[in-house]
Amino acid sequence: MLTMPPADPMVLSRREEIIAALRQIVPGEGVITTEAERRAYESDGLTAYRQLPMIVVLPSTTEQVSQILRYCQTNNVKVVPRGAGTSLSGGALPLEDGVLLGLGKFNRILEIDLPNRCAVVQPGVTNLGITNAVQHVGFYYAPDPSSQIACSIGGNIAENSGGVHCLKYGLTTNNVLGIEMVLMNGEIVRLGGKAMDAPGYDLLGVMTGSEGLLGVVTEVTVRLLRKTPTARAILLGFPSSEQGGKCVADIIASGIIPGGMEMMDRPAIHAAEAFVHAGYPLDVEALLIVELDGCAPEVDHLIAVVERIAGENGAVTSRVSRNEAERELFWAGRKAAFPAVGRISPDYYCMDGTIPRRALPTVLARMRELSESYALGVANVFHAGDGNLHPLIMYDANKPGELERTEAFGADILRLCVEVGGVLTGEHGVGVEKRDLMDTMFNEIDLAQQQRLKCAFDPGGLLNPGKVFPQLHRCAELGRVHVHRGQMRFPDLPRF
Amino acid sequence: MAVFRPADARQVGEIIAWAAGEEQPLELLGGGSKRGIGRPMQVEHVLDLSALSGIGDYEPAELVLTAAAATPLAEIEAALAASRQVLSFEPTDWRALLGSEASAQTIGGVLSCNLAGPRRIRSGAARDHFLGFQGVNGRGEIYKSGGRVVKNVTGYDLCKLIAGAYGTLCVLTEISIKVLPKAETSRSLLVLGLDDAAAVRALAEALNSPHEVSGAAHLPAAVARRSAVAAVAGAGAAVTALRIEGPEPSTAYRVENLVNLLSGAGPTDILDEAGSEMLWREVRDAGFFVEPRERAVWRLSVTPSSGPAVAADLAARAEAESYFDWGGGLVWVAISDSPDAGAAAVRMAVATHGGGHALLLRAPESLRAAVDVFEPLAGPLAALSARVKESFDPRRVLNPGRMYAGI
Repeated sequence: MLTMPPADPMVLSRREEIIAALRQIVPGEGVITTEAERRAYESDGLTAYRQLPMIVVLPSTTEQVSQILRYCQTNNVKVVPRGAGTSLSGGALPLEDGVLLGLGKFNRILEIDLPNRCAVVQPGVTNLGITNAVQHVGFYYAPDPSSQIACSIGGNIAENSGGVHCLKYGLTTNNVLGIEMVLMNGEIVRLGGKAMDAPGYDLLGVMTGSEGLLGVVTEVTVRLLRKTPTARAILLGFPSSEQGGKCVADIIASGIIPGGMEMMDRPAIHAAEAFVHAGYPLDVEALLIVELDGCAPEVDHLIAVVERIAGENGAVTSRVSRNEAERELFWAGRKAAFPAVGRISPDYYCMDGTIPRRALPTVLARMRELSESYALGVANVFHAGDGNLHPLIMYDANKPGELERTEAFGADILRLCVEVGGVLTGEHGVGVEKRDLMDTMFNEIDLAQQQRLKCAFDPGGLLNPGKVFPQLHRCAELGRVHVHRGQMRFPDLPRF
Repeated sequence: MAVFRPADARQVGEIIAWAAGEEQPLELLGGGSKRGIGRPMQVEHVLDLSALSGIGDYEPAELVLTAAAATPLAEIEAALAASRQVLSFEPTDWRALLGSEASAQTIGGVLSCNLAGPRRIRSGAARDHFLGFQGVNGRGEIYKSGGRVVKNVTGYDLCKLIAGAYGTLCVLTEISIKVLPKAETSRSLLVLGLDDAAAVRALAEALNSPHEVSGAAHLPAAVARRSAVAAVAGAGAAVTALRIEGPEPSTAYRVENLVNLLSGAGPTDILDEAGSEMLWREVRDAGFFVEPRERAVWRLSVTPSSGPAVAADLAARAEAESYFDWGGGLVWVAISDSPDAGAAAVRMAVATHGGGHALLLRAPESLRAAVDVFEPLAGPLAALSARVKESFDPRRVLNPGRMYAGI
């Protein structure tokens, strides 16, 4: 069971006073206190965990964010930042004694600068909102998490979100040029901008993917890309996941980085086909969608190469999209895979590990064994190009004990990912969900170093505590230097 | 003065634990090729990491390579070339510029300085390819971060922080990097005779086209004349260059389309693969500014459309010569006869035209001690950076003062 940092009774007893102080900073409807209204914020996309926040505050200016954070730091009040609340790892799970800081009012696009191929936006703008603002001139913002219609760019920075095209076009971290952020002490800091790279330490790089533990983003400059003229997809079916996996490896080894390359296993194929009728073959163990993009001569050339490689790897289905509608149909099944599994199971739990691609057959085989021993079904969708695996565990939350069994199954899958040389999370973040598994990847020293970095940004540990790290340590304790003066501990070391 | 040459991460840890205990700062040294970059350090001891060498795991289809941190870059590039792969951020080679031709570049040095060449605009910098590491912090503790897979968000992305920290946060002992296929063919389109402003507009037009340009530079006539590429040196005019890479049918198609797009701007020429490679190497390595050696060399990262204004401003304030990469966003400047290496003029020009940052890449040691080598940081950012340093290296024993005083 998940344990969060214990609520501070002192803070809880001062709730009215804190509300009054926040109302001084954010007038009117910006401070939400009634239980009914706070209920809307009790969980994010990981709905298995819920907690009513003490207070919700919705500022609309950087100055207000600065004042809120300064007040909370001075008064020892914890703060949980929240974008659109679509996190799949519980990154925005509120705290009983915490202020939930919502950035939904930061929803304006401030500048579109095409000569410099960038846009300056507020953090509450949705991911797709950026693309929508520039697509009429042929541009787009590259990272495309499947929640892109709802998720905010500020949340994308917190989670370093990816998407199906990130092998070729990068994650959030590769597509953000600058931010304005507020530290827990209220200081406003600008990192990067329209110029490439940063002077001094790359704090923008470390802010991206920091899950709301280091600062609150109040403005974002993103890179815009020109849309490629052509994209075509090829649908490939294989009698075994080994053959599908080998095909992926051979495509990459041949020098091709497809715009997208997705794999589904048999349960996922069947669920998706029953839902959207994309024309997927039902007699295969692995289905691969490979999308090639670029200019038309390049796409034609690469499609031919991929077809040949697929043939060499025993593909029993090979269909190239003949038009845009068919390309979209190929993708429709994959994009609807999650709701499709939702149709055949009362609930499902979406996991997110990354593995070296060569380990795919082993991982799928072990997962089948686990599925049997836990008596829970699992369907797999896989960002095949980058090794990011999304097993969907099917369960029924109304059956006693089934959620707990699902969590245990999920944890076993992630341990398996680490065991074969992979990682706990490819794009969904650690949050609360994988927090207690961090020690499968990192030892105490690794985690202490990460937490010391947190201390540089937030020495009081007030910003989003209880996320990412399994244990909280005081900064004073982490900062202690143990030295043994006067000891030459390496007498045998070569010196020159 | 001692030179320590540890054989493994454990020995690195022991040396640093000693250094921290005795408050004896260390200069980190890989191959020594970039020793002349940064502020001169007041350091008694050298930590020579050259023994931490050798490629570990490399499976081309996984797009990941793991190696000991001081593995020579040349060794890594050779291994990649055998599988038709590259470090797509195009690591720079400034040995001629810095007069360190006799030394070898190491992968750890390339990552620690976050260097990237012309393909930065398309493929990102070294930071964007740095997947994971094992290293030793300023306490002498061995730790790791990141992973050996191309997609990972588990924990803070410390790779980004270590990239570009110039060895002030951590001694890298082993690194994992993302590698990518080498483009099948490469060609360059030249547009001749444009002034700086028209050239950067043409570069923007090309970069904003769907033709996936992977290099966008402009050489004013005086710079172009010094190229080793005959078509560039002999143009007798300014040369604006665009690189197109990909499979042959694609490259041919895109070059043709770009010629159509830009033919109104000025006369065009096309460089074949060999000429193209040579030109982009010169652009990458500031080959045009190797001589004369007395000139100070700056590398300015600015808003691309501001590049020409920054250069014009500098030419008015100092004896300065410039050329442009990254579609105008990277301005290389050589300055002669200035008591402060042109520092005041450079800082002013960058600040006046939309901001950015400048690195004094080449100057005599006395000048690098006297002026800011890296862009000075604003108040809260400087304080935050100092706290970040403290969190990795509380006794300031790792390359102290290399970037900023006190860091």
